[in-house]
Amino acid sequence: MSQTNDAAFAAAEAHNREFLVFSLGDEEYAIDILKVQEIRGYENVTRIANAPEFIKGVTNLRGVIVPIVDLRIKFHLDKVEYGGQTVVIVVNVEDRVVGIVVDGVSDVMTLSPDQIKPAPEFGVTLSSDFLSGLGSLEDRMLVIVDIDKLLTSDEMELVERVAE
Amino acid sequence: MDITDFYDTFFEEAEELLADMERYLLELDVDEPDVEQLNAIFRAAHSIKGGAGTFGFDILQRTTHLFENLLDHTRKGELKLRRDIVDTFLETKDMLSDQLDAYRNSDEPDQEAFERICQTLQRIALEEIGQDLEDGAPPAPKPEPEPEPEPTGGPEEAGSGGSGKRIVSLLNVGEKDRQLLVEELGQLGEVVSHEGDEACYEVTLLSTDSNDDIEAVMCFIVDADQVKIRDAGGEPSSQAEPQPAVAKTQAEPAQAAASPAEPVAAASASKPAGGAKPSKSKPAKAKGAGESTSIRVSVDKVDQIINLVGELIITQSMLDQTVSEMENAADSALQNGMSLLQRNARDLQESVMSIRMIPMDFVFSRFPRVVRETAGKLGKDIELVTEGESTELDKSLTERIIDPLTHLVRNSLDHGIEAPDVREAAGKPRTGKLVLSAKHQGGNIIIEVIDDGAGLNRDKLLAKARESGLPVSDTMSDDEVWQLIFAPGFSTAKEVTDVSGRGVGMDVVKRNIQGMGGHVQIMSTPGEGTTIRIVLPLTLAILDGMSIKVGNEMFILPLSAVLESLQPAKEDLYAMAGDDVVLKVRDEYLPVVAVHEALDVPQAKTELTETIAVIVQGEGRRYALLVDDLVGQQQVVVKNLETNYRKVPGVSAATILGDGSVALILDITGLHRLSRAKKEKRRPEQHTTLEALTEKELEI
Repeated sequence: MSQTNDAAFAAAEAHNREFLVFSLGDEEYAIDILKVQEIRGYENVTRIANAPEFIKGVTNLRGVIVPIVDLRIKFHLDKVEYGGQTVVIVVNVEDRVVGIVVDGVSDVMTLSPDQIKPAPEFGVTLSSDFLSGLGSLEDRMLVIVDIDKLLTSDEMELVERVAE
Repeated sequence: MDITDFYDTFFEEAEELLADMERYLLELDVDEPDVEQLNAIFRAAHSIKGGAGTFGFDILQRTTHLFENLLDHTRKGELKLRRDIVDTFLETKDMLSDQLDAYRNSDEPDQEAFERICQTLQRIALEEIGQDLEDGAPPAPKPEPEPEPEPTGGPEEAGSGGSGKRIVSLLNVGEKDRQLLVEELGQLGEVVSHEGDEACYEVTLLSTDSNDDIEAVMCFIVDADQVKIRDAGGEPSSQAEPQPAVAKTQAEPAQAAASPAEPVAAASASKPAGGAKPSKSKPAKAKGAGESTSIRVSVDKVDQIINLVGELIITQSMLDQTVSEMENAADSALQNGMSLLQRNARDLQESVMSIRMIPMDFVFSRFPRVVRETAGKLGKDIELVTEGESTELDKSLTERIIDPLTHLVRNSLDHGIEAPDVREAAGKPRTGKLVLSAKHQGGNIIIEVIDDGAGLNRDKLLAKARESGLPVSDTMSDDEVWQLIFAPGFSTAKEVTDVSGRGVGMDVVKRNIQGMGGHVQIMSTPGEGTTIRIVLPLTLAILDGMSIKVGNEMFILPLSAVLESLQPAKEDLYAMAGDDVVLKVRDEYLPVVAVHEALDVPQAKTELTETIAVIVQGEGRRYALLVDDLVGQQQVVVKNLETNYRKVPGVSAATILGDGSVALILDITGLHRLSRAKKEKRRPEQHTTLEALTEKELEI
């Protein structure tokens, strides 16, 4: 192997990104693994009054009060159940810790840039602003969510805007 | 190591020196200045100058240089102090603070201000003693026939240093420090010899550096007064002053190292020393006492420990709960272990919380200046007395109490204490007395502003309140009448003065104090004076709470807001204009706030007479909160909801219960606001603008 090949390989490697793949109903979603702090079960959530329905409440994560968002409700999925498989992905966005409820976490995938296709303009419930693309993996399609943008967006009502 | 690493140390040290300087300046008796105090002020200026020179803060050095020379004349009695001169000195001190801030922010200080203050200082020197400061202190040529106390700072010093043989005498320097100093000096030049004992140790040095530089180097280890540098064979060109303050100088490094949290300790270490005659035992004692008094730690680190201990407490209560639910809980070894753990954990928590506590002196120390300036402006004679300076309070609270307290003090000076002539006519001493006191009472700190002025005038307050359209009646209790001064836009002052007309009003003062979880009380006797009492919790991190249950959910009410609880009887509940309900409690009608309605709690008791009414007080109003059950009282660790989420209406914060779950701490006024907003939403057409207006007022 020549050195240039090595370098090219390294460069390609550098552009590969790892994603955590989780499921909401039958759909598969992915978020940047670097945003993920931990994965835990869904338990002990204290309801917050007068909050939107998809904000399930707050929970105690080793002394830190963390809001819990159910993406299934936010994305208007038909079936929202809380069972043994239901997990909370604790993510770290813009110095905030937020837990998101999903139906299950399947695996961690590495995607190269050419596997990530631009997201088409679609979706009323999930604006393409919040997507960084669609990952194609053989016969699977992963919806890659820009979790930073999604969770800090106005419609999530998680972050208080200064203007308010 | 880079020299910039020392910047922070210098800034902090200089800041403390300036604070000392201000304190001494304010304590100065203009007619008979205490030589010790003058020396202390001089030394502070001198030390700052030394540091500024070392770090190349040119403007700061030049300002302190002029200031120092002027101070030197003052302490030698050549410059007669006057009130306006002391004012100029204070101004100079402020200027030095500004310059220091500028350097700290890597800015250049304001050149204009610098020139102005230099001119002012020069003018004083010329007018009062007929000398130009820039020439160095004395008109006499150098070398001086007579040893002159500490002219080390003079620019002529740097010149006279030149190259050559110097004898550096170290006075009262311990063995260890001596070795260090000799090493240091070795880096500046060649150490020819060193000998002597602790009282006086002489080092002969060949160096091209100026005496100033040599001294600056040694200032890291000993104080300037402990060092004497003279050219070998020549006249002493620099000599420490006759040492009345050896003890003080020993205490100073310790003081500089002390955190601002310890000004009392540092001051008390230096005070007796300052007044003491030079004696050998004293310095040693002061040093011993000062050595381990404090360390400087960042607040972040402390907060981290506090958080961790909070966690520990929660884990401990979780364990406790588990153990108590165990079948064979009678296992005495386990029970003993648990109670021991509980006790240790509580002790640990208390000790950790005390780290954040700083003495009230931190707050009170700025008031002599405020009082002096305000009194001067108002033409009143005021004596300020502070009590309980060592009372400790959470750091975040001390910072936030300063503004409200300043306002209250100004207010007392302006409206409380009468003009000297009026006082005399009333048979009182011409000099008014203002007392600032702090003391602990239970889990609270009580801060009082007491004046011996005219007291509040009930009739005038009521008349003014009517004028402003506030709902008042002649039967109101004194206490309620006094509280009127906290109403927004309320002022009984005949005219807005320079002192009270600016900045925040009394309503803001009250709101600030309530924001800190405290409240304000007023006691007043006509002709004898007014006492304004601020009651604050010791810390914001822990709250005495009452846990209540609504439906299946647990909430915490701040215990300080809870007055009583009772089961409402049907005949005491009155419906008003549809679904508003008031509860009659001892001739008082209280608005009823159903917690389950405001917070949409499912499965709560809805039959009013089955619930429990908790009478609470928030922002001066009383409400009856309807809850399902009272669970108990407990101390809770307050956790901010806004760290990861946002502000929730009706909720002030959250906490973690013994079982690890989160409970919300209710905000009483917010809850009331919320329940009204909800009712309004249900019937938007009925409640008219008046209601909406008050709502808005509350929001502001």
